Amino acid sequence: MTVGRRVLITGLDTFWGGRMAQALESDPEVEMILGMGTREPSVPLERAEFVRADQTYSILSRIVRATQVDTIVHTFLVVDSTRVPGRALHEINVIGTMNLLAAAGQSGSPVRQVVVKSSTLVYGSAATDPAWFREEVPRTSPARTRVERSLLEVEGFVRDFAEDNPATVVSVLRFANVLGTDIVTPISINLSRPLCPAVAGYDPLLQFVEEDDVTRCLEHVTRHRIPGLYNVAGAGKLPWSEVAAICGTRLLPISPLATHSAAAPLVRLGLIEFPPELESLLRYGRGVDTSRIGKTGFSCRYTSAGAVESFIRAVRLRRSVGDAPPSYTYSQDIEQFFRHSPAVVHSTGEG
Amino acid sequence: MRAERAALVPLPRMEDAAIPGHRRSDVDEWGRSDHAREVARRIFGPLYDKWFRVEWEGLEKIPRHGGALLVANHAGAIPSDAPVIMHGIEVELGRPVYGMADFFFRGVPWFGTVWARVGGVPAHPDNALRLLRDQGQLALVFPEGTKGPSKTYADRYRLRRFGRGGFVEIAMRAGVPVVPIAVVGAEESMPILFRLPGLAKLIGVPYVPVTANMLLFGPLGLAAYFPAKFKLRVLDPVTFDVPSGQERYSKSRVMEEAEKIRTNMQETIYEMLRERRSVWFG
Repeated sequence: MTVGRRVLITGLDTFWGGRMAQALESDPEVEMILGMGTREPSVPLERAEFVRADQTYSILSRIVRATQVDTIVHTFLVVDSTRVPGRALHEINVIGTMNLLAAAGQSGSPVRQVVVKSSTLVYGSAATDPAWFREEVPRTSPARTRVERSLLEVEGFVRDFAEDNPATVVSVLRFANVLGTDIVTPISINLSRPLCPAVAGYDPLLQFVEEDDVTRCLEHVTRHRIPGLYNVAGAGKLPWSEVAAICGTRLLPISPLATHSAAAPLVRLGLIEFPPELESLLRYGRGVDTSRIGKTGFSCRYTSAGAVESFIRAVRLRRSVGDAPPSYTYSQDIEQFFRHSPAVVHSTGEG
Repeated sequence: MRAERAALVPLPRMEDAAIPGHRRSDVDEWGRSDHAREVARRIFGPLYDKWFRVEWEGLEKIPRHGGALLVANHAGAIPSDAPVIMHGIEVELGRPVYGMADFFFRGVPWFGTVWARVGGVPAHPDNALRLLRDQGQLALVFPEGTKGPSKTYADRYRLRRFGRGGFVEIAMRAGVPVVPIAVVGAEESMPILFRLPGLAKLIGVPYVPVTANMLLFGPLGLAAYFPAKFKLRVLDPVTFDVPSGQERYSKSRVMEEAEKIRTNMQETIYEMLRERRSVWFG
């Protein structure tokens, strides 16, 4: 059953869903790609089908039955709490994953693999942490932020699902903080401004993963059906002060006591991005051990420093040539025409 | 195909080359920086040579390469033994030493950062294992933990309990020798007269000492050591004939080995004290 995989991607309208769909389109082994999203896709897609669904995927069981997908790539997990209000974050991460796994685990389910894009946020960031977290080492401090709590809950569901469905390949990837040419995160926003927040007295060591490596890794575990829980991060760590130096931004030290209150006015004024999970990260940093994913034959192309470099090069280019308007807008009629009209000649072996 | 933005200048996609990026500092994955170490050596050098007049015995017993777990007795309100050992081995053998200490330091602003840059690493078993087994480095631990430096002057040179023998278990797992180091002089460089446990609890630190230095110099006493003569004796490396890499080792065996090392260090310290004629001149 290696030929003709049918893949469902969640969050097709989001950054990672779009990227993943594009990556899988060029894979001849993938027969059909179905993307779900709350909004229209923002990237041009050749053959992926788009279906609009609410963010908690209540209609997912029907879709899975009807389309007989054998693989689900769950990229729609919010790891950036500045993007959505807390309530929506819970709905998307926790309820969405619950419905997804319920659909994948229904009796007679065609699903043979579930890939989940998680984050190293599940380890948290505390003084008592080891310098390098292995996958089986639990976090050392209780999760206090919404994102971390919801991701822990999500991973709990996935663990239970894997236990209940031993025949299904379950792959969970925990990615370190992502930087790259296109992705926008609180860290990338801070680094592209002239002043960038730091907690005074702390200079934590951070790990980054480049956005292309994220897609490559998701593709790698999907294509080779690799089960298990893996950390993914670029090699090495670098101090926050050095990250800022590479990006040519100055550190704005924020009081180590009452940090949250001290930062609040600056966040209000729109000078900095400072979600609670970034606050602890900028104190203690985080490192994850990536030897396990290495043993499956995957290695990140970018080191942590390389990811920072890749990010700032793209920023510099944009500063010079400006932010070009998006080249693509989704139009259902046009997409339908290209995919299903008998007038269109489909060339084989594309990509 | 992935053109999300209509770039005016097409970005070349480098397909297979690894992209290392350019580092701007020499801070390693533990937070240690050779540059910071050099600054620390320059500051601490005169103190080491002229103030404490450090003398080593048996330095050749410390392995020139490969991992080894150095264990030493710990004393002085703000222990001076850790920088002395780290500085000494680095200068004499040219090998970096990672000093493992309580997580507490990591959380203290400024201090924690400086501590990490000069080679401090939080004492987590995973950290020690990676340093010793995977990277073949020298790691220094004080098995007495904070019970060592917090003891008062009346208890000087009496080794506290060696925790739960965790250091032995780590050395067994990593398959590296334990090299005990007996230190004399640290106790007198900053002796604790009494402690303020209430205040310690209030501000959330392991202990608040009142030292003789503070009585003499006021708050400056926190940084002013007495010029006690430092003598260090490296004992024979201890190896364990157990297979490395096990998840768990017999607790009784671990405790027994730890106690053996402790007794050996205690006896050596008494021996060194017997030979010592003066606290200040050795």
